[in-house]
Amino acid sequence: CRDCFKVFYVHKFRAVLGKNRLVFPGEKVLLAWSGGPSSSSMLWQVLEGLSQDSAKRLRFVPGVVFADEGAACGQSPEDRAKTLAEAKLVLQTVGFPWHIVALEEVFSLPPSVLRCSAREPVGTEGAYKAAVDSFLQQQHHVLGEEKQSRPCPQHPQGRAGPPTAGQTEALSRLFNSVKTLTAKEELLQTLRTHLILHVARTHGYSKVMTGDSCTRLAVKLMTSLALGRGAFLAWDTGFSDERHGDVVVVRPMREHTLKEVAFYNRLFAVPSVFTPAVDTKAPEKASIHRLMEAFILRLQAQFPSTVSTVYRTSEKLVKAPRDGCAAGTPGPRCLLCMCVLDVDTADSATAFGAQTSSQLPQTQPPVAEAEAPTVSCCHSGMGRAQHCCRMEEDPRACVMEQLCYGCRVNMKDLPSLDPLPPYILAEAQLRSQRAEAEQETQERLLEAEDGARPGATSAEQAHEDGARPGATSAEQEGADGL
Amino acid sequence: AHPALSLALLCRGGAELLFDGVKKHQVTLPGQEEPWDIRNLLVWIKKNLLKERPELFIRGDSVRPGILVLINDADWELLGELDYQLQDQDSILFISTLHGG
Repeated sequence: CRDCFKVFYVHKFRAVLGKNRLVFPGEKVLLAWSGGPSSSSMLWQVLEGLSQDSAKRLRFVPGVVFADEGAACGQSPEDRAKTLAEAKLVLQTVGFPWHIVALEEVFSLPPSVLRCSAREPVGTEGAYKAAVDSFLQQQHHVLGEEKQSRPCPQHPQGRAGPPTAGQTEALSRLFNSVKTLTAKEELLQTLRTHLILHVARTHGYSKVMTGDSCTRLAVKLMTSLALGRGAFLAWDTGFSDERHGDVVVVRPMREHTLKEVAFYNRLFAVPSVFTPAVDTKAPEKASIHRLMEAFILRLQAQFPSTVSTVYRTSEKLVKAPRDGCAAGTPGPRCLLCMCVLDVDTADSATAFGAQTSSQLPQTQPPVAEAEAPTVSCCHSGMGRAQHCCRMEEDPRACVMEQLCYGCRVNMKDLPSLDPLPPYILAEAQLRSQRAEAEQETQERLLEAEDGARPGATSAEQAHEDGARPGATSAEQEGADGL
Repeated sequence: AHPALSLALLCRGGAELLFDGVKKHQVTLPGQEEPWDIRNLLVWIKKNLLKERPELFIRGDSVRPGILVLINDADWELLGELDYQLQDQDSILFISTLHGG
């Protein structure tokens, strides 16, 4: 019956937040609202949760972000304007501070958005309880008036103004240049994540809540496996995702199925705004995402425990550091998805190793060695004596080397890097330069250590052997196989 | 023979895209020998209302997995799904959960 359903639904939401104890009282939380049913439901749950009395009340400070992705989906300006108007109506009703961003704004993102900011580790059990207790004490000291009053509803910290035609054009160009729908969906997700992250950081939000439902996460889990993102399942589908460091993504709707969401929204009139997506009306086999969704939903129709089984499996995934990584010094991160890289350049036995070594000139065989897993454009151990890959010489290879396996596979469907927003290429360049500088420093140190040894003369000789212009002898020696 | 039925057909969650964006259809099903049930309603919809891409709405003789059917705001699974016999003034709602999030 309706009332029991409501109690059950609301309880699930609270329980997921409560048992994970990651959202601290008074914390600023950004709600990522796509207009769709799950995120709309999430918005509503937060709204209702905040306005309840005392003990059961949710205690964080919310804001909402809505990303207008019309340009990537080929929506006309009129349709986009219409969608935005509908969205604003809902946002005004909800009353939290809201931020409307257009996907075009990725063209003005700074490269720093791709960097993981170090952050103090999340508090322990004790810390959480202490935080709640002190918060409650504060509340008691305030007489009468509601301390946790809702911020002013007319708070459009919104937009810097609609995107320029040039930016829209650039975004369309980018998405039209992607060869497959699968890669398009992944690219869209990546850019959207960066954008939301940027909004969160700019406005001081330490958490982002997304409305991923149980059903969607089950599909995502299987899709991620198919896309080669198996190493990151725990972050991609778990309750919390701390890959960005200072901003943690949480998924409070992860125990609600799409069916429950749809029913709740219908029965309790939760407003949502329908926006077409890149895969609207696409046939079933158009992308891996669609295929997986169809697979799971069909199976679910006959075996109603499918989604929950996949979901339960995802709950068991543990985030463990890679073997061999020194504790406290995480390895390099993927340029795009920002997960710790799952690649091992020294491991030529894996298919992945085969992929990277096949891209190198066949002059020297790859040398397996115990090298610190720093991603460097200059694979000095691989015998590329002639040519160090700088961004200017081979930008594509340079970028690829900074990506995880899954992101590399996606990049294959993007024939040219040019239409990408500048922050991506800028950061890639920065990292490659930094890696090269580190390499040089390491080699100089080594050279200094054994400066008296015959190794010094061979360095001079190697220098004559067609060293590339500008290479120092130290680099050359290093290139010949440390 | 069974009399004509007047029904409200509603589409939400993206399903309306397949019906030219129209979210509500007030329809009258003609009287006929066999009773109207969801099964033959779907056939009727496919023939008369679906503007494009029937495979995105109907699969076999049922709806595509991922599309919820509510009959008078109740889950059709409780009412017999395809075998539910339609009554006059019923309201059938199709919600696509395949979209957005």
